[in-house]
Amino acid sequence: MMTHTSPRPTALIAEDEPLLAQSLREELSRLWPELNVVATVGDGLSAVREGLRWLPDVLFFDIRMPGQTGLEAASELAESWPTDRTSPEFPQLVLVTAYDNYAVAAFEAQAMDYLLKPVQTERLKATIQRIQKRLLLRSRPGNNPGQQSPAQSKAFDDALAQIRNLMELGTSSNQTSLPKLTMIQAGVGNAIQMIAIQDVIYVEAADKYLRVLTATREYLIRTALKDLLAQLDPDQFWQIHRGLIVQAAQIATVERDESGRTSVRLRQRSEKLAVSRLYAHRFRAM
Amino acid sequence: MSATTNHQGQPRAVFTARSALRQFMTLLVFNTLIAIGVSAFSEHSLLINLLFSQLIGLCIWGCLQLQMLIFIPQPLTQWKRMLIAVPIAVVGGYLSGQALSMRILFGPDFNVAPTGAQNTLGYLLLSLAVGAATTYYFMSRERLAQEIRRADVASHQATEARLRLLESQLEPHMLFNTLSNLRVLMGIDAVRAQTMLDHMTDYLRATLRASQASTHPLATEYARLNDYLELIALRMGPRLQFELNLPEELATIPVPALLLQPLVENSIRHGLEPTVAGGHVRVSACKDGSQLHINVHDNGVGFNPADNEQGYGLQHIRERLQTLYGNHAGLSFELPAGGGTLAHITLPISA
Repeated sequence: MMTHTSPRPTALIAEDEPLLAQSLREELSRLWPELNVVATVGDGLSAVREGLRWLPDVLFFDIRMPGQTGLEAASELAESWPTDRTSPEFPQLVLVTAYDNYAVAAFEAQAMDYLLKPVQTERLKATIQRIQKRLLLRSRPGNNPGQQSPAQSKAFDDALAQIRNLMELGTSSNQTSLPKLTMIQAGVGNAIQMIAIQDVIYVEAADKYLRVLTATREYLIRTALKDLLAQLDPDQFWQIHRGLIVQAAQIATVERDESGRTSVRLRQRSEKLAVSRLYAHRFRAM
Repeated sequence: MSATTNHQGQPRAVFTARSALRQFMTLLVFNTLIAIGVSAFSEHSLLINLLFSQLIGLCIWGCLQLQMLIFIPQPLTQWKRMLIAVPIAVVGGYLSGQALSMRILFGPDFNVAPTGAQNTLGYLLLSLAVGAATTYYFMSRERLAQEIRRADVASHQATEARLRLLESQLEPHMLFNTLSNLRVLMGIDAVRAQTMLDHMTDYLRATLRASQASTHPLATEYARLNDYLELIALRMGPRLQFELNLPEELATIPVPALLLQPLVENSIRHGLEPTVAGGHVRVSACKDGSQLHINVHDNGVGFNPADNEQGYGLQHIRERLQTLYGNHAGLSFELPAGGGTLAHITLPISA
């Protein structure tokens, strides 16, 4: 396993078009000879797998890939990234896209590193310089042997916020001002069950359905989580995981285990729900 | 009257406040001209004629506007009502305008007309002629303006439809990805880069040239599909296999230009690109009597009709088929047992 104590920085390339992947690899070896590209993959799922295997310093992720988008892969990688004292920091993420006006505006707003295809040499050079500078700043080995330094966890929080904001922008771009739901209509047999929105304790994605849970019952509705989310009051209902929305007032306690995982316990139900790292920022003590 | 839009979505805007003001100004000028004309034949002074002319003209105009406000909201389509409204306005307006002028000139007690009945009839006929002529003038102008507005809306819609079509065919993501691949290819295999550039040139030219109505031989249609698929194959590498089967006797049959392109694009974009392993696209054609059948088959994730991203291209194919062949042509989808999507087009072979 490579770690940041290795003299050469490492990178993972995720790009589904073989010629472009090969070319990026060659350009990188020319412009940044010390960089060791440990793996090149062609889809989002492999990107997560290889990312966790190699724990590289830099990620070049294409946005549109089969299986999973580059952004989804990055968020899943962030979810499972090890945070004990021996593990390296979360990598520098560079998103690569051919054309997407909307995404580019969002990248700019989030100060996210990105490359536009065709990747132009000058632009790649500038990106490399920025990343090199950041890699230099961050690796100060041995200054806190017990756990990650505050600077390290701050950097990880910033990366999480960037990814979270980009993912939220991606889902809410065209439905910002939908009217808010007051009732959820769930089909039960031939009847339609009306559920007042304040009775909903949490909603969980399950394949093509959503499970809607009240204190005593469970209903299935055929809606996408992001579509439902857009129709909920964001102060009343919080997304806490990729597939979980919880009514904030129904959360009784928040726990963090020794590995840093956050989970919540509910007032009227006995389940314990896992909170994604992406959304854990909502649960800090005041 | 407000500038609302009617049920056809065209601006109503007939006789709006602004056009009423313009009419009013024109009316004052008209009345003045009539007064000057009448003075040439009458024993009264210009000032008196001016008073009569302005008041009578204004009364007629007011009377007409009032009738239109109540009974004739759409004068251009209700012109028969105008045939009644104008004489009523002229007679009513003339008499009230005249009475009003008298009252101003001679005070409330004066009751006798200064001119004889013959004169009144003459002026009435004059007013009728002027009233009819000006109404006709304003209505023709308004009709012309409305025609221009309608033509504007139509040409705007046509432009928009063409833009949407172009955007769906020249999908920017595809274009830039292809350019990226060409850039790489130039460095490692210049000959192949040239071939790809030729495919791209032909594809672009065909896309820009293809209009709703144009047709070309099926063999040309296949050649353009080949251009498109070669470009995509360059990008997807081993993840894409494709096959284009065209029986020789069908090569010259005319088909709408780039009709099949959206189907192949859907197969790639929604069928194969999302899968990690990729797959194949097959296009085949056969003849059955006077009908031509074309199949586009892929083994990707399968067509989801609810996916509205696919909607525009398919809607466009259906519209073209309907326009060109009525009910003799059609587009349908099957989800074959082996997975993927089978799109089927049938259209009549014209002699």
